[in-house]
Parts: sequence; structure tokens; C-alpha cells
Amino acid sequence: MGENPSFEDALAELEDIVSRLETGDLALEESLSLFERGQTLATLCNQVLDQAELRLEQIGSSPMPLDSTEE
Amino acid sequence: MLLVDSCRLDFPSLRVKLSWMSDNQRFSTTRWSVRDLTRYVRGIFETDYRLQDLEVEGEVSNLRIPGSGHAYFTLKDAGAELKCVMWKNDVISHRNEMPSNGEKVVARGYIGVYEAQGVYQMYCRSLRPAGLGDLHARFEELKARLLAEGLFAPERKRPIPLRPQVIGIVTGSETAALQDVLNVLRRRYPLARVILSPTPVQGEQAPPRIIAALDALTRSGQCDVIIVVRGGGSLEDLWCFNDERLARAIAASRVPIVSGVGHETDFTLADFAADLRAPTPTAAAELITQFTIDDLRDDIEALRVRLADEFSMSLIERRRRIDMAVMHLTRLSPQRRINDARQRIDELTARGGRAVRSQIMLRHARLNGIVKALGAINPDATLARGYAIVRSPNGDIVRRADDINPGTEVNIRLHHGRLRATVNAVESD
Repeated sequence: MGENPSFEDALAELEDIVSRLETGDLALEESLSLFERGQTLATLCNQVLDQAELRLEQIGSSPMPLDSTEE
Repeated sequence: MLLVDSCRLDFPSLRVKLSWMSDNQRFSTTRWSVRDLTRYVRGIFETDYRLQDLEVEGEVSNLRIPGSGHAYFTLKDAGAELKCVMWKNDVISHRNEMPSNGEKVVARGYIGVYEAQGVYQMYCRSLRPAGLGDLHARFEELKARLLAEGLFAPERKRPIPLRPQVIGIVTGSETAALQDVLNVLRRRYPLARVILSPTPVQGEQAPPRIIAALDALTRSGQCDVIIVVRGGGSLEDLWCFNDERLARAIAASRVPIVSGVGHETDFTLADFAADLRAPTPTAAAELITQFTIDDLRDDIEALRVRLADEFSMSLIERRRRIDMAVMHLTRLSPQRRINDARQRIDELTARGGRAVRSQIMLRHARLNGIVKALGAINPDATLARGYAIVRSPNGDIVRRADDINPGTEVNIRLHHGRLRATVNAVESD
């Protein structure tokens, strides 16, 4: 997985990391790096949530900004 | 009352006229100008709320649309005729759907008076074929048929995904319903991608267009859920959502569909065919975002806490294991054996010392015994008690009398001093 996974990928990976940590049986280095990766992912997820803006497309046409004419 | 009100409100000139009439004049036969009377009558029409928004069913006749673009026609049935006019804008909005002479239609509009010709007439805003006459009966008939066919069966309903990522919307592109939906989605789940498939949502031509819009979305294969929405309107406005083809298309959709047509009290066949019916467009948007961005935030926070907990638990577990290992190591350490050995040496040393000391003491005791015994056999002591030792001239100790001949000189040792004596006689035992 690349540096900037999609939100869904990040969330799935975070869930996976937590359940792997829960099952235990990991080398210390591995669980440490998993922990750090998990923290990064959680931060990333929160950032995505904080910056989320609804994306509106119209069928058959390219994406268009939604909020340009409002608010 | 109605008359007086209408005068006061709408006809200042008439009111003025009435005010300078005496009571007599007012309640006796009055001479009107045609213009005043016509205005008066017009006021009666225009202040009767029942005449301000109504539907009339009749057959179209004498339809003319002159260069002005306005339409003039007569509605008639077996007993009467009604003159009608439809202004250009309304004619344009009906496009190809203007009825032709002889067609039965339902006209909607208000009744007014055209003073110049002294006629009352209907000002029509919309026209539709009267075939839709008993909408409700047709609705019930179709609903019963599709229900019997199993089109609305609960087991056909697909589950609505809890957290749809791509949401398809089938509705009019410039509608308030669309804005309502987008507002809800923006507020509750702005992570979603929304694909709008615009379509007219009213009129005879709407059903195939709605079906095409729906089809375009399902064919794109991107949507997790599709909502089909339309704002509130009259039964006729919503009628296109009772189209049998549309109901079948909705029921057959691969993608789960949530409908939100009209208001809470409006039920269309599209609603029955959908996997989930929402009472309004707004509610439809809410139903597909039951899992909101705030729930997601909570989830992520919980994951973050679990992550930290699990990690610190794993550290605690490791420390415990380290402690255990140290304990085991300590137990198996050579240091302990060395300590044991040291102690044993001390112990042995102590025991060795004791043994040596007792040996010495023992030897001392024995030595004393020997010394005592030696004392006991010392001849001096015997001599002291009065014994004597007799030796022959060659020094031998004489133990038998007949070893000595008479006349022999013997040496006698006493306790103190010696005697030299000669033996006189020998007496054997």
C-alpha cells in the first residue's frame, strides 16, 4: 500500500492492524512498527474526515465541484 | 358581506360611487354603467376562493393558437360550454402535449371575467388528458396486480448498505429535492461520491426517462445504492412514479434502491417496488446515511484507543515474560551453585575443625593414660614400698634363689642406696 491510501483502504488497514495486535504473537519490532503505522493511519483517517467534501458527478460527464455556487 | 368586501378591496372607483349614493339609492334599483357592472361582477368571481384554483373536465373544441402564441378554446360537455384561454408561457411549457379538438381533458386554472367581451372564462395553467380521470382507481388496480405478482414481496428487497461510498441519485437536476438530498449527504456523510443521473420527474414522458436514468446508473456499475427522489406535488404530478414499467425496472435493479417521492402521505408504485421507501427525498438521504461521519469518527477513535491498548498490553505481556525469564534464570544461575559450594566449604571447614580438635583431645587423654601407666610400672615406686632388686655379680636380676650359690656376692638395690652382701645359704621353695 502506498503513502496515501484511500480512506477505505486506510480504515481497513487500521482495523487489520488492531486485530493483528490483538492476536499477539508478534515480534517486538513488528508490533512496534504496526503500532506506529496504526497511529499514522488513524491520523490520516481523521484528516480525511475533517477535510471531506461531497463529490458530485453527473452521469456521463466529468466530476464537477459541488460547493462552488453555494454558501 | 362578500360584495362590500370586494368593493372595498378591489374597486376604489366603485367604492367612491357607493359612498356618494344615499341609502335610498343604494337599496333601490340602480343604474350602472356597463363597465362598472362588469367590474363588479369580475370582483365577485375573483374573490371567490373556490374559483381561484380548480379543475374542470371537458372536451376541447374550437382550439385556436394565433400568432400571439396564446391558446383559445372551449371546454364542453353534454350540458354546457366554458370559454378558456391559456397564455403563451403555459402553452410553451406544454410543448407537444397540447390537446387537439375533441379530446377530453382536465384543465386546471382559475375563473375570471374578460371585461372587453363581457364574458367569464377559464384561465388555464395546465391541461392533461382526462383519461387519467380516476387516478386512484387505476393506482389501486395496478398495485393489486403487481402485488399479486410478487413484485413488492419483502424477500425481493435487497439490503441497503450501511455505509455506501458511491450514491446514485435519480431526480431532476434543478430541483429542490436534489438540493435537499445533497444538503443531507453533505452534513451526514460528506465522504460519499454522488453520481447524479438527471431526468424529468413529471409528465407523460417521464417514466421512460426515469427508467433510462436509473439504467445508466446501474450500468455504470459504480453505485452502492441509488435513491430515486422527487419533491411533493399533486397526485397527477407524482403519477409518473406509478408507471408499471418504472416499478418493474426498480424491482429488477441490481443495485439497491431507496425511493423518496412526494410527502409522507404519498405512496407510489415506485415506493412499493423499491427496496426501501422513504417518506420524502430528505428522508431518503437520511436512510442511506444512517452511519454518519460522526459514527465513523467514533469508530476511528475507538480503533485508535484499541491500538494503543493492544500495544501497551503487548509491552506489559513482554515485561511479564522478561520477569518470568529472569526468575528462571536466577534459579538456574551458577552463582547460586557457587554460593551453595561456598556454604558447603564453610560447613565442612567447621566440621573439619571440630574433628581435629577432638582427635587432639583424644590423643591428650591417651597420652595421660600412658604416662599414668608408665608411672605405675616404675620400680622406684615398688622399691619405695620396701621391695629390693637383687643382682648377681654379672648384673642379672636374681628371680630364683637356686640361681645363686652360697657364698656369692650379690648387689642389692634398695629405694635409697645399695648393699653389697654375701649369700649364706640357699633355700629353694
